[in-house]
Amino acid sequence: MRTDAGTGARRPREISYAQAVREALREELRRDPRVFLMGEDVGIYGGTFGVSAGLIEELGPDRILDTPISEAVLAGAAAGAALTGTRPIVEIPFSDFLSLALDQIGNQAAKMRYMFGGAVRVPLVVRSPAGSGTGAGAQHSQSQEAVFCHFPGLKVVVPSTPYDAKGLLKTAVRDDNPVVFLEQKLLYKETGPVPEEEYLVPFGKADVKRPGSDLTIVAWGRMVGMCLAAAERLESEGVSVEVLDPRTLVPLDTRAIVSSVAKTGRLLIVHEAVRTGGFGGEIAALVADSEAFPLLKAPIRRVAGFDIPVPYSPNLERNAVPTPERIEDAVRDLLVQGEKRPAGRTGSVRS
Amino acid sequence: MIDRSPGTTVAAAAAAQAARTRMGYPDSLLEDLYRRMLRIRYFEEEIHYHISRGHIHGTTHLYVGEEAIAAGAAANLSDLDYITSTHRCHGHAVAKGTALSGLAAEMFGKRAGVCGGKGGSMHLADPARGNLGGTGIVGGGLPIAVGAALSIRRLGQDRVAVCFFGDGAMNEGTFHESVNLASVWKLPVLFLCENNQYGVSTHVRRSTNVQDLSLRAAAYGIPGRKVDGMDVLAVYEAVREAKEYVKTNGPLLLVAQTYRFLGHSRSDANVYRTEEEIASWRRRDPIPRFRERLNEEGSFSEDRIEDIEEEVRREVDAAFRYARACEEPGLEDLLRDVYAD
Ligand SMILES: Cc1ncc(C[n+]2csc(CCOP(=O)(O)OP(=O)(O)O)c2C)c(N)n1
Ligand SMILES: [Mg+2]
Repeated sequence: MRTDAGTGARRPREISYAQAVREALREELRRDPRVFLMGEDVGIYGGTFGVSAGLIEELGPDRILDTPISEAVLAGAAAGAALTGTRPIVEIPFSDFLSLALDQIGNQAAKMRYMFGGAVRVPLVVRSPAGSGTGAGAQHSQSQEAVFCHFPGLKVVVPSTPYDAKGLLKTAVRDDNPVVFLEQKLLYKETGPVPEEEYLVPFGKADVKRPGSDLTIVAWGRMVGMCLAAAERLESEGVSVEVLDPRTLVPLDTRAIVSSVAKTGRLLIVHEAVRTGGFGGEIAALVADSEAFPLLKAPIRRVAGFDIPVPYSPNLERNAVPTPERIEDAVRDLLVQGEKRPAGRTGSVRS
Repeated sequence: MIDRSPGTTVAAAAAAQAARTRMGYPDSLLEDLYRRMLRIRYFEEEIHYHISRGHIHGTTHLYVGEEAIAAGAAANLSDLDYITSTHRCHGHAVAKGTALSGLAAEMFGKRAGVCGGKGGSMHLADPARGNLGGTGIVGGGLPIAVGAALSIRRLGQDRVAVCFFGDGAMNEGTFHESVNLASVWKLPVLFLCENNQYGVSTHVRRSTNVQDLSLRAAAYGIPGRKVDGMDVLAVYEAVREAKEYVKTNGPLLLVAQTYRFLGHSRSDANVYRTEEEIASWRRRDPIPRFRERLNEEGSFSEDRIEDIEEEVRREVDAAFRYARACEEPGLEDLLRDVYAD
């Protein structure tokens, strides 16, 4: 444990997002012998992004199971195992491949408890990295969180920091429901403070990543960092942006969203996933249907991925999803509409 | 070396026998096979070079070591015959005859690339020349090949669909569903499994208890055969025969034994296999092996072989020079081609 020079305050160490996930896995696997991890190349290879590196050496092949390339049976077997006394964690190498497991996740795991009248619990976690930015093309770059939100019975987690990744994954493993845990592949190497002491981050509790008074941005996953950087730049223009990260989309902290918007009077939703059918629409509808609606000083706006498959060419790929420029322009535009003009910028505004 | 186990065809064995004495093939075919393999090898070596220097972004799955399969198969196919490919698609695309300039440009994400820079390493395609494209989804190409064969049947065409896939893909549901349907409907598909022993880090010993992958054909009532995937003539023969078979009788499963010499993808540290294992397969490198035969048993002088190598080298170099120089797609391309008009 390091201390801050001068203040003497204890400051947590910094570890990467991937390390944070690995720590959560290790701690939960050690805590509960019913927990096990299975997936393609999670053993000696350490997982496609190296997240499970070292775990098989430490915990053995009985707890860390390499599997054939068979996503449907992985998800379904996890459901079957979860029904019968164990607590599986499944790793799927890219979240784009969750569609191969979607029947077992969405039609089986998600529905069993309800269909069987509450007679069963299905404690499983499906972990998978999402997002673009790696030059891996249209089938390795998607953000599909909204798909899973559309299956009642699933919980959906999209962590944006190492701290949240660790605390939320530990909560996911202890949850008695199927949880889709969407890691952010571009964040794996990002570092952040993570305490050495054990902690959990509860589901359904949003986090204000930055307080502000002029406008609320709701964002999750990799977009949170991009929005925080944008908010920082906008501050120099005299604009105060609040960045709110719901952290779990199901369950959703509706109170936190509504009260933030009631306070600022402006809402921008930013997600990497394509706009149409994205979860941003759900949040917009939530606010439109809330006591915050009459307090809005400007329309609700979304900055999202364009409605296209993720292209390969680097410049196209970068521009297929929200960029800092698009986010900042949207904020400025909403402020103009809401009559608070950002200092230092007048004239035409793009959205 | 021809594989003498029960799955091997008699004709392939006989052909290999003939080849051992005097090859017994026209020089033009031998040269064609050699050129196809060289093109793939040099292309992949260039990619390897550029990716390690950061000129190409993203990941890539190189085909080095497996060239004999794509070359031997594609030499049997015309532009009218279809192939479906995998994430490891460069070799298939090169062998099928697409100009290297467009393939290289795609790797650099350029507008002149075969996919306009939108596809990239895993999605090289050339539908006009029968290449229905690579897929990043393991097992994703098998149903597509069945569909192509369905069109062939419905349109009364004299063509085949060759479906490339890996040993790892055999454990996806799509493999079983595709082979079964093609069998029931007797569709002209050649299911060509490239058994390079691994799916990423997982050896076939750990992904299936049936080590002779060709035996799986029995489950669907179709023939299963094996071929030495490090021997381009053996592959050529096996595919020639299989092609005739599937046109009239329906699908066939051909398993080519091979090995990838390099890592699974860009970031592979090869922790799951030994240096000795890699070296033992490298001794069976299909290219020097075939070169030796061209030289010793064929009518190819050393000079002529070197000329061929030099020519292919120049062709590949020119393609990469072109690819690096041509322009990036612009933002006006971003929203284009999601839907047909
Ligand atoms: C549906 C799906 N699952 C997992 C992956 C990750 N992945 C990419 S290649 C690969 C191994 C494929 O093995 P094989 O089919 O033998 O082909 P090879 O790479 O050996 O050529 C895996 C697991 C994927 N791309 N698609
Ligand atoms: Mg393989």
